Amino acid sequence: MTIQFNDETFHGDFTFKNSDWAIKRFPFPFHEDSYMYSVNMEPHKSYRPGSVFEKTFDVDEHYVAEMKDRARVLADDPLRCQSLPHMTLAGWDLVELIMEAKAAEYPDLFELHKDGNRWRWINKPLGIDDTFTFLDESTLPYGPMEYITRQTQGDFAVLDQRDDNLWMDAGMVTTQADWSLDFDIGMNFFEWHAPVPKAHEMGIFVRALKFLLNIQQGQPARRLNWTMTVNPLLDTSPENYHKWGTMKQGLTMENIGEKQHLRVELQTFFRLPRSNALVFPIRCYLIRFEDLVTVPKWGRRLHRVIRDLPEELATYKGFIDNRPLMVEWLSQYDDGSPTSDGIWPDD
Amino acid sequence: MSAGTAKLNVTVAEVKPINDLVTRFKFVRTGGGDLPTFSGGAHTVVEMQDGDITRLNAYSLMSDPADRGAYMISVRRDDEGRGGSKFMHSQVKEGMEMVISNPVNLFSLDLRAKKHLMLAGGIGITPFIAQMHQLSMMGGQFELHYSVRTASLGTYAEELSAQYPGKVHIYHDDQDEAIDLNTLLATQPLGTHVYVCGPKGMINWVHGTSEDMGWPREAVHSEEFLAPASGKPFEVKCAVSNKVVQVGEHQSLLEALEAAGIDAPYLCRGGACGQCETNVIGYDGKFLHYDHWLTDEQKAGGKHIMPCVSRFEGKTLVLDR
Repeated sequence: MTIQFNDETFHGDFTFKNSDWAIKRFPFPFHEDSYMYSVNMEPHKSYRPGSVFEKTFDVDEHYVAEMKDRARVLADDPLRCQSLPHMTLAGWDLVELIMEAKAAEYPDLFELHKDGNRWRWINKPLGIDDTFTFLDESTLPYGPMEYITRQTQGDFAVLDQRDDNLWMDAGMVTTQADWSLDFDIGMNFFEWHAPVPKAHEMGIFVRALKFLLNIQQGQPARRLNWTMTVNPLLDTSPENYHKWGTMKQGLTMENIGEKQHLRVELQTFFRLPRSNALVFPIRCYLIRFEDLVTVPKWGRRLHRVIRDLPEELATYKGFIDNRPLMVEWLSQYDDGSPTSDGIWPDD
Repeated sequence: MSAGTAKLNVTVAEVKPINDLVTRFKFVRTGGGDLPTFSGGAHTVVEMQDGDITRLNAYSLMSDPADRGAYMISVRRDDEGRGGSKFMHSQVKEGMEMVISNPVNLFSLDLRAKKHLMLAGGIGITPFIAQMHQLSMMGGQFELHYSVRTASLGTYAEELSAQYPGKVHIYHDDQDEAIDLNTLLATQPLGTHVYVCGPKGMINWVHGTSEDMGWPREAVHSEEFLAPASGKPFEVKCAVSNKVVQVGEHQSLLEALEAAGIDAPYLCRGGACGQCETNVIGYDGKFLHYDHWLTDEQKAGGKHIMPCVSRFEGKTLVLDR
């Protein structure tokens, strides 16, 4: 296999680590030295071979470990995966989308063989070889959405489209930045975005919804979002806040470089063909500060972004208390020289 | 980014006259291979190269959504129209290569419905044919009430009655048969959703009657594509692209913008979806708003126009394009 999968954990002893390859391809989210919300959508087309934008569903060295972590979270809390009864067809759409894309783009890792509606799916990294009947739930060990998202990195919100709105009617959510599927299930686009500061006044959500409602088959879109996480935790859920919230205390100048992570979400949007639903995969990438500053441009820029971020955003993203320490540590890597446009390293 | 621009190259596999007015066209992927799956109610935009004019007309997909081997549409000839349907009837032959858009669904089933009650008028039958395929595959409950002018113009009425016995009810205008809408709506089980596709009068009748009877707005769905109206030629200034564009008598404003190489988004090209909404920077004259997207206040306000169907009469019109 072309990818060497890491043996690592996202809880307890936190052995998660990015290789040099993973650091170089990290989706750094800031294209300039400041940050404000925007509807920063672009077509989800293959871009920059080797980058996280190359494949429809990026697979990297963390794949096997992330799937183990998902199984662990689900065993503790099965409500992280829910699908209202009318969303089963959308689940099958997702099975088809992911299997076809992965088999075509990673032929050494995944195979899909179709004989009419009889499908054989081989997932080599996870040691799966299943034969099932497409559109027949009784032939899979889980519902279709759960089955395929237990084998795909990133969270998945599956949104029903009706009444000129989107509805959070199904999802697999175990790697989230402090939001809860169990709380949001059945809500519409404006309801589940209600806690976000500033963006409503800016009219962001009205424009974003209009864009999303018009996403068409064959024209997926993507954007990046970001926040901060102490320790490489994929599961920063409200349900488990009592376990991870306290980890935000105890950062020092000595340990922040290792413990503080920039958390970036590659969010993509696909129209699903049979159900006319929209699937919203949210893929989480983590990088510790000391790895991030090995790219000089990123170190300089992150310092400036965090230093100048409006207070409401730092509060909403949950790092207002640690911001002074972050800025102090990052300032060591900002010599004041200019940064080039765009998100990519200079070399 | 223009919506509606993901294209499919197809070859016409069959041209089949259904009756005096309607012809069915079957498309397969040029060079072989599967077409994308779609959902019942979706349409495709067919590009027609009619001499110097590129016509883009939306037609509902009527084939089985699960059949990726071919798409089918049915086109009703409109002798009074601007030429799209006439082109399809007279110029399109088997073996011809054409370009169509990926499927777009602006009339999808509400999959929460306990029952789907479908009301069709004339050529408005086509999206329901695909939806009935989809529902019978999923085991969904549905009922079709289909109003036609005469038995001989009842497109697919006999086939559908045979295919879905007990679920299809045909009403012939020439025999004074009519859908008893009040009784029909009053006797539906809770959780029923109503879908209507047909002439404007029929759509308004269903919305009005259901509203009077206390049906929730969200449970009543309709689709009506307008054909762009012809009208007096007019001139438009495009501020962003810095171009002056002439709109011909039988051309829509959207088509004129496209012919001038101005990027203008669209999906339905029939005044329904809102995608092509364009800001008006200045005007001296009168708008002819034909869409059903803008509110009455917006139409009166003179700040927006839907170039796919609406027109203008007067001295100057300046658009934010």
